[in-house]
Amino acid sequence: MSTDAANKTGKPVTLDAFDTERIKADFPILQEQINGHRLVYLDNAATTQKPRVVINALIEHYRKNNANVHRGLHTLAERSTEGFERTRAHIARFINVPDTGEVILTKGATEAINLVTYGWGEHNIKPGDEIVLTEMEHHANFVPWVTLAQKKGAVIRRIPITVCGHLDLSDIDKIITPKTKLLALCHASNVLGTINQVAELAKRAHEFGAVVVGDGAQAAPHMTVDIQQLGVDFYAFSAHKMLGPTGVGVLWGRRELLENMTPFNYGGEMIREVGYERITFNDLPWKFEAGTPNIADVVAFDEALTYLEDIGMDRIRAHEMALTKYALERLSEISGIEIQGPQDVESRGAAISFTDPTIHPHDISTFLDSRGIAIRAGHHCAQPLMRTLGKVATARASLYIYNTESDIDALYDALLEMRKYFGV
Amino acid sequence: MSSNLDDMYREIILDHFRSPRGKKEVDRADISSDGQNPSCGDELSLQVEMDHDVLKDVHVSCRGCAISVASASMLAETIKGKSFEEVKALAETVKKMLKGEPTELPDDLGDIEALQGVRQFPVRIKCALLAWVTLVEGMKSYENGHAGHTTVSTEDGNGKTEK
Repeated sequence: MSTDAANKTGKPVTLDAFDTERIKADFPILQEQINGHRLVYLDNAATTQKPRVVINALIEHYRKNNANVHRGLHTLAERSTEGFERTRAHIARFINVPDTGEVILTKGATEAINLVTYGWGEHNIKPGDEIVLTEMEHHANFVPWVTLAQKKGAVIRRIPITVCGHLDLSDIDKIITPKTKLLALCHASNVLGTINQVAELAKRAHEFGAVVVGDGAQAAPHMTVDIQQLGVDFYAFSAHKMLGPTGVGVLWGRRELLENMTPFNYGGEMIREVGYERITFNDLPWKFEAGTPNIADVVAFDEALTYLEDIGMDRIRAHEMALTKYALERLSEISGIEIQGPQDVESRGAAISFTDPTIHPHDISTFLDSRGIAIRAGHHCAQPLMRTLGKVATARASLYIYNTESDIDALYDALLEMRKYFGV
Repeated sequence: MSSNLDDMYREIILDHFRSPRGKKEVDRADISSDGQNPSCGDELSLQVEMDHDVLKDVHVSCRGCAISVASASMLAETIKGKSFEEVKALAETVKKMLKGEPTELPDDLGDIEALQGVRQFPVRIKCALLAWVTLVEGMKSYENGHAGHTTVSTEDGNGKTEK
């Protein structure tokens, strides 16, 4: 199934031809009225909306192909398994990985990172080892490692951020050292939008034999991710932040590391032979996929990937850069609004956090909702970063393929109206 | 205008938000209590000067959303001059009102009544409760003869969590 947004002509497509209105029409929810207004959905860093092709794929799976995967010897089981494994192969191509056995399906990026923490960290992190994190990690790539460090007597080191919201690498020689056993960092920040130099840092960490975990939850939906270029050892992301269903995540890991890891969950599917005396585990990737997986959602994720590829990840990135630039300009026109993160769109993604000097982010969000505008307000599961920024919360508008300048204009107008409403 | 929105941000609430009452420091802090809603980042600090069993003066400062600021301001305005028992009963009433539990609203509830609209926004109820929970904890500590500070969170999960 191809999408309406596909470039069927095969001609190279310029940014001008990025037909956002046609893309919008592929997303039924964007026709919804919220509180009497057209829905302006700017909460894409939390989750994205789903195109019709993904919704239809879910329905079709349950209507025509539903069965458990890998075990049955009947037609539906074969169809279901085929659909499930097709998505895995597609994910591998999407991130430029030749070995599909290295692509493990989880229920989300959080579970993917926890899988590494338990499967690798438990056995490899020793007292005194150092785990390097950045100051801009989401709790999903922070809490597992800090908890592991506490348990193992390991030390957490952090790469600080500059006032502009980039990683501050001036003291990196003192942070990534021969003691470093693991480097865990986000590819793009969910609060600041910053895109980090993962390849450069991975290379440095590898010089000391450290393992590198990339959290791609905010990157994989928005740009071309080439695992080979990134040079990480593990990479995690979530389907629902890239047009796919909720409940599907991906962990990519290097085969030699995965093979030496213990399973995260034990049960059916992940075994080869089970006896009272001896149990042998299944091959990769199934060794890490105990129990019945989230079949229908995995199957439907294939359509999301196709949809993104039909537009083209480079074009998506270009569209978001242009729109982010516009959003940063418009928000800067409102006096007092403070924007977090880099101002240059080259080094940032489309998550834009901002604060008003008087109005709390929750009040901003409630007010915007009354105008049909969905944003996120709070600490964005990044409390350590919030402390660094000296904020308890921020408002965050995050953009995606179906957003337009008119959405940004709606945000701008509503923020001005909000100021009047609260009388500040 | 969304009627829902105006139900929560009533003009009285916005007035308290713009110019919060209870700013003046108390002469002697017999009760001193801090409260927070960690997930919102609301922070509140409250001091009360007692005269026998009467809450003679109150100072409150709140950094947070319009609802938590307005509710704290209303608290400061209302409890001054009331007895310990009266304030305890009032705190119970406010709690019940915000949670939508049946309760008789006293005539002298004043501006606090305007907080009823918050009920339509379940996640904001704890914002309206913050000042009251902080006060009640401070009062309990005072009653038990503990000097010094109490700190309370509306989200600490040990029975005080207000949803």
